[in-house]
Amino acid sequence: MGSPMAAKKKAAPAKAPARKYRILVAKPGLDGHDRGAKVVAAALRDAGFEVIYTGLHQTSEMIVNAALQEDADSICVSILSGAHMTLFPEILGLMKKRKMKNVLLCGGGVIPPEDIAALNKKGVGRLFGPGTDTREIVTYLNEALPKLRG
Amino acid sequence: MSKPNGGFEKSLKTWEDAVSKVKPEKRSASDLKAWDPAKELGEPGAYPFTRGPYENMYRGRLWTMRMFSGFGTARDTNERFKYLLEHGQTGLSIAFDMPTLMGYDSDHARSRGEVGREGVAVCSLQNMQTLFDGIPMADVSTSMTINPTACILLAFYVACAERQGVKSDRLRGTIQNDMLKEYIAQKEWVYPPLPSMRIITDMMAFCAEHVPKWNTISISGYHIREAGSTALQELAFTLMDGFTYVEYGVKAGIPVDDFAPRLSFFFNSHMDFFEEIAKFRAARRIWARHMRERYGAKNPDSWRLRFHTQTAGCSLTAQQPENNIVRTAIEALAGVLGGTQSLHTNSMDEALALPTEHAVKIALRTQQILAHEAGLTDAIDPLAGSYFIEAMTNKMEEEAEKIFKTIEKGYPQREIARAAYEFQKAVEEKRYVNVGVNEYVDPKPKLIPLLKVDARVERDQVAELKKLKRRRDAGAVKRALEEVGKAARGTANLMPPILAAVKVDVTLGEIVEELKKPFGEWREPPIYW
Repeated sequence: MGSPMAAKKKAAPAKAPARKYRILVAKPGLDGHDRGAKVVAAALRDAGFEVIYTGLHQTSEMIVNAALQEDADSICVSILSGAHMTLFPEILGLMKKRKMKNVLLCGGGVIPPEDIAALNKKGVGRLFGPGTDTREIVTYLNEALPKLRG
Repeated sequence: MSKPNGGFEKSLKTWEDAVSKVKPEKRSASDLKAWDPAKELGEPGAYPFTRGPYENMYRGRLWTMRMFSGFGTARDTNERFKYLLEHGQTGLSIAFDMPTLMGYDSDHARSRGEVGREGVAVCSLQNMQTLFDGIPMADVSTSMTINPTACILLAFYVACAERQGVKSDRLRGTIQNDMLKEYIAQKEWVYPPLPSMRIITDMMAFCAEHVPKWNTISISGYHIREAGSTALQELAFTLMDGFTYVEYGVKAGIPVDDFAPRLSFFFNSHMDFFEEIAKFRAARRIWARHMRERYGAKNPDSWRLRFHTQTAGCSLTAQQPENNIVRTAIEALAGVLGGTQSLHTNSMDEALALPTEHAVKIALRTQQILAHEAGLTDAIDPLAGSYFIEAMTNKMEEEAEKIFKTIEKGYPQREIARAAYEFQKAVEEKRYVNVGVNEYVDPKPKLIPLLKVDARVERDQVAELKKLKRRRDAGAVKRALEEVGKAARGTANLMPPILAAVKVDVTLGEIVEELKKPFGEWREPPIYW
């Protein structure tokens, strides 16, 4: 792949604030596509976040429990299996039940635009599709998380 | 989190370092100074098969156009299969849903929301019969992408054919059944590696006797590449997996020439056109040399590497999806010039959802245009002798041989994750131009119509399964499962009791649960670096 391209200029890495936010990167359901989750986990770590990766094949309960135990500021869920309309609401429901008001649920994967809109309406944060620049995710978390913790 | 521990060979700092490793140095005729065509090339269909596994290649017969397809219920997919056959497709390829792939029945709690989403749900013989309703199994060749549950799906297929009056020795097709790449890249597993290898060797032995025209393992680089590897890593890790199966087969007491001719391969075709062609050519040569020289295979069919190609899903962009038609055409062309035996072309909308009928038709037409309009069947391996292609083929082989010597536990997973991250950085820093993504971006993206899988699919499938479980002979089910368990705990071949079980409507999930008792379950440590 890819011949070396002309543009040599390195983009400035987006910086996280001094107080480190804790991000749980989660893979729910039976889906094994973990390339995106791992790339995002590495990018968030390099941007200064504390990253906890759940590993594969987690149930919604396992994910919410892990977020509580790890005192996560955000749960970033990656789904590429088409089960997003079941799994996001399930995780959100459990978070409400446990009164995790200050925790941001967001994520990404292969999710059609109209499903993204429907999930946003239910209270899920931003959902990032294929081709997203990881710096966009960093910027989003840096803007959204301070508002939640105050 | 810890910093990288080793990983991504130390000399390689960036994506460009990794890919330039297989590019010839001078890119001129001097790269080929010591090259002996008689030794490195030979003729098509002759050792070392660099130019192709068969003497006539596409001059005798076109590649098989095999579109991977499956969604919803068996009834939905049966209709899509018939649509594809009517439009000139020449072989079937079944995509199963996640629960089927992972060994859960559709009515299991872990299947919720996943039934029929990413493929078709098949958890009983009845589902398989619906899937092949009106499709003559004696005439069609079928590929099944299924791994930890492959032994059960093969049993469904054989039993289904029997009910159509077709004997198992007439069945033609391929079952993926490549567990090694699951642990490395695709991550669909049930049992730990050792019991998985036992199931696979049982299937090799069973098929050698009862389903002799069946390809028992499709040793897959596709998923390794999709997970982020380079072309070279795909080549090296895949062939390494192939050698491991050969070693297990031999250790299980099956003579190498009895099973090696039924091993086939499955590669990815990505965007770097010449690199891909060199990869396919090098793969054939490496396999032939190792099979003859190292494993002492005598039958030329054991030396002959045959492969299926799928264009790269990970090269498709969600942005400006029509551009994907062009990407797929270029990748498909590389597969054809690399001498593939069968080909799947991705549809333009697959970065967004499963493909619509319209998108699939364009993808199939792409192959037909290559086959009939582009003059590609005029010559075999027409790039042979090009100094760039030959030098890169040599480089691929040399570098792969180096990887074979250094490979260790956990190494491929780490290398792949690291390569994926380095590629992402190259895109974000615009060292790699991805049209429509980081350059030539449309300010106002246009939406295209997408395939939707209705929630009714899960409800219908679960209802039908419950009905089946009520009406079958409970005593026969219990006895059949006991036989499966007994074989698993002992050393008898697992296939006959599984085949007997599916015939009395034991389900996929039930057989898997029974096998988990002696075999256990696999858990991967959650490492992202």
